[in-house]
Amino acid sequence: MVDKGPLEQARGLFRSLWHKDASAGPQGITGQRFVVVDTETTGLEPIRDRILSLGILPLQNGRIRVGEGQEWFLSQEVFDHRSVPIHGILKEGPHARIPEKEALLAFRESIDGAILVGHHVGFDREMLQAACFRWGLPRITNPFLDTELLYRQTRIKSPLLKRRDRYTLDDLAAEFNLSAKDRHTALGDAHITALAFLHLIPMLRAKGIFTLPQLLKVGRI
Amino acid sequence: MSNRIAARVADFLGRYPPFNELTERDLLNLSEQTDILYREKRQTLFRKDDPTHAFFYVVHRGAVELRNPGTGALADICDEGDVFGLRPLMAGDSYRMEARTREDSILYAIPIAAFRPLVTSYEEVGNFLIESFASNTRNPYARQHGGSLVSTGFGHTDIASPAEMPALLPLATRRKLVSCSPETEAREVAALMTRKQVGSVVVLENDLPVGIITDRDLRTQIVSGQFPTDAPAKRIMTQPVLTYPAEITFTQAQLAMMKSRIGHLCLTRDGTPQSPVVGILSKHDLLLAMGQNPEVLMRAISRSRQIKQLRAVRSRATALLERYLRNNVSMALTMKIISEINDACMKQVIALALEKTGEPPVPFAWMALGSQGRGEQLLQTDQDNALVFADVPEADLPEVTSYFQDLAGRVNKGLRKIGYAYCPAEMMASNPDWCMSLSRWKKRISGWMKDPNNESVLLSSIFFDFNYTYGDEALVRALSDYIFERADSHAAFLRELAQGALQNPSPTGFFRQFLLEQDGEHKDSFDLKHRALLPLTDGARVLILSHRVRGINNTAARFEKLAELDAPNRELYLSCSYATKALLKFRTLQGLQSGDSGRYIRLDGLSKEEKMKLKRSFRAIKELQDLVALRFKLKTGW
Repeated sequence: MVDKGPLEQARGLFRSLWHKDASAGPQGITGQRFVVVDTETTGLEPIRDRILSLGILPLQNGRIRVGEGQEWFLSQEVFDHRSVPIHGILKEGPHARIPEKEALLAFRESIDGAILVGHHVGFDREMLQAACFRWGLPRITNPFLDTELLYRQTRIKSPLLKRRDRYTLDDLAAEFNLSAKDRHTALGDAHITALAFLHLIPMLRAKGIFTLPQLLKVGRI
Repeated sequence: MSNRIAARVADFLGRYPPFNELTERDLLNLSEQTDILYREKRQTLFRKDDPTHAFFYVVHRGAVELRNPGTGALADICDEGDVFGLRPLMAGDSYRMEARTREDSILYAIPIAAFRPLVTSYEEVGNFLIESFASNTRNPYARQHGGSLVSTGFGHTDIASPAEMPALLPLATRRKLVSCSPETEAREVAALMTRKQVGSVVVLENDLPVGIITDRDLRTQIVSGQFPTDAPAKRIMTQPVLTYPAEITFTQAQLAMMKSRIGHLCLTRDGTPQSPVVGILSKHDLLLAMGQNPEVLMRAISRSRQIKQLRAVRSRATALLERYLRNNVSMALTMKIISEINDACMKQVIALALEKTGEPPVPFAWMALGSQGRGEQLLQTDQDNALVFADVPEADLPEVTSYFQDLAGRVNKGLRKIGYAYCPAEMMASNPDWCMSLSRWKKRISGWMKDPNNESVLLSSIFFDFNYTYGDEALVRALSDYIFERADSHAAFLRELAQGALQNPSPTGFFRQFLLEQDGEHKDSFDLKHRALLPLTDGARVLILSHRVRGINNTAARFEKLAELDAPNRELYLSCSYATKALLKFRTLQGLQSGDSGRYIRLDGLSKEEKMKLKRSFRAIKELQDLVALRFKLKTGW
């Protein structure tokens, strides 16, 4: 190992503290693989309702990997016409559909070792876990990060400012000036969420959140 | 499986060279291998001599600057759709420039491995790259019309242009040239002049002017019996013909006519008799042009005895305005002249109203507010005004108030007749809230300052640009003294005003996309006033108030004063001043063109060039908002 002078060492340490380098280490945020996930469903009841489509968009080293983005359309027997106006997915839509189990297996394969990210992702998690349960698949054990929680962290805390209870994906898109194109499609929402997540990282860094454990502490659900 | 995010990336790339040359399939294939990055502003993407990345970059939103690391000089700014970091990858070289985000940016990183095959298979792509590397700019098409905002003219300094003095503007020769040959009979010449309704013809030989025949020549030479009616033109024409260059100015033309005692000037291409004739300029043309002269207009205004006459004069001022703008007279001068004319019109309307209402019971002053008060109302938009009168004993107040409301009502009506619409928010002197005694005004202003809220900030932001128009100036001064004495002790108010200045969303957020109106009549239009001009106006106001500078209302002038007072930010202020003038000019031209206030712009009506230029002036707005936020310790949008 090259012998560095103490000054040089101190400089290096300072630099790594000062810059985002702290987030590049083994506990760092940068190198970690994240997979942004979004589901479109027939309704809001994890037991009764079904996933109609599932979108993922992986993200690592601050980059959204466009080519690894995937969207699966599921063939479902249970179908609730009420949710169609929102998602525009008809049960037999124009997309090629695959059985739920097949989609789940493909999904599980692509999230190996990843932290899952989503907006109000608690709901997506419930839907996914219920689906896995139905097919006798083990629970998904990956950590889930909620971008609403993360966003909330970046807001100013002041008794003078009324804090909103909920921040929707549309709120975040407006805040970060993201195009709402393809909103309410699984992959489209995942894309908006991914961009919002990329915006949040430096904002959180400014609040002292540099490492994965810190990130999980504030954003995990 | 093709995914819709890749399709979206392809959609974007396909709008810019060289990607617009690719087939849909190749473009989609390239897009699928693209990564999306986000970088905050002032982040370095690569430094000189860094090992080259496996990617080159396209700016999706935001802006990236390329600097020469040796000199620190800014080499280029990459906007939406611009490519950078490609040359070293193609040349197998290391980076020569340093790339840093200038704004929060979203970038597309395209792997060179996927792109390289396209360079060889598409000739256009290869050519584009060769051209852009050779010209050392990222996009050879982008540099064709660098510099100014709309079409030609208004450079950064906007002083000392040859068109600085309106009297030196080139005159337009309107009429088609009427000519005859030297052999044409006098009778035919007379018939020709009658038919074409002109007072003069040029006599041409081999297309060159040899003489001129006017009504006067026919009278003195033919009708007097000196020559028969079939005499050829060459016998009766005035010669040699005095020729002047086509770009003759008003003053030159006036001097030439006075000097040679002639009523018609023959204009040729280069000003000599050896070049083709391009037109004839008569005394009548000169008189018409003079009608659009500010002095003549001012005199006409003060002589008007009726509103109707004023209206006619005011509409001539719009023609004058258009001529100034088209000829790139400096915006500062244009604003000054037009606001003088506006001011004179208002004074005359008030004077005429006073003749009807009789002597006022106590001294009063009329104030112009808003854009009129700032001297920025170039087009006749709506009126904002207020009236203040001297304090009277409580008992007399109702009677005095009713007199002034009657007066104000007449003035507002008169102003509307000459073309200034009523203020939709009723910020007009005829509104009892805007027609008060001095002490009530003070009380109201102090209320705004003590308890700042959204409404009071809005009201005061319009009110604080007040400018004396008519009556007792001391009253207006007293009001302004009052405000400045208090502005210091009410830091909270200034903060609130500053907050107000940040409220208007900047034109492109922190990304470079135009924010369009979401609904209503102007859906999908860009609101130039609200999103571009207002942030500048509001910023200038709060900063100038915080410096306790009074008497400067014009936004551009305020920025120039701020540049003087706050040297470290001099450059920003000067670019704000420039942006204000440029945007105001843009808006005015838009308004003249579409016959409205010019406030809403349809983007599809703009060329890409104009859009880019608009965006460039928006940068100053963003930086100004950041400065205001910093100075008043506020948070910007996020």
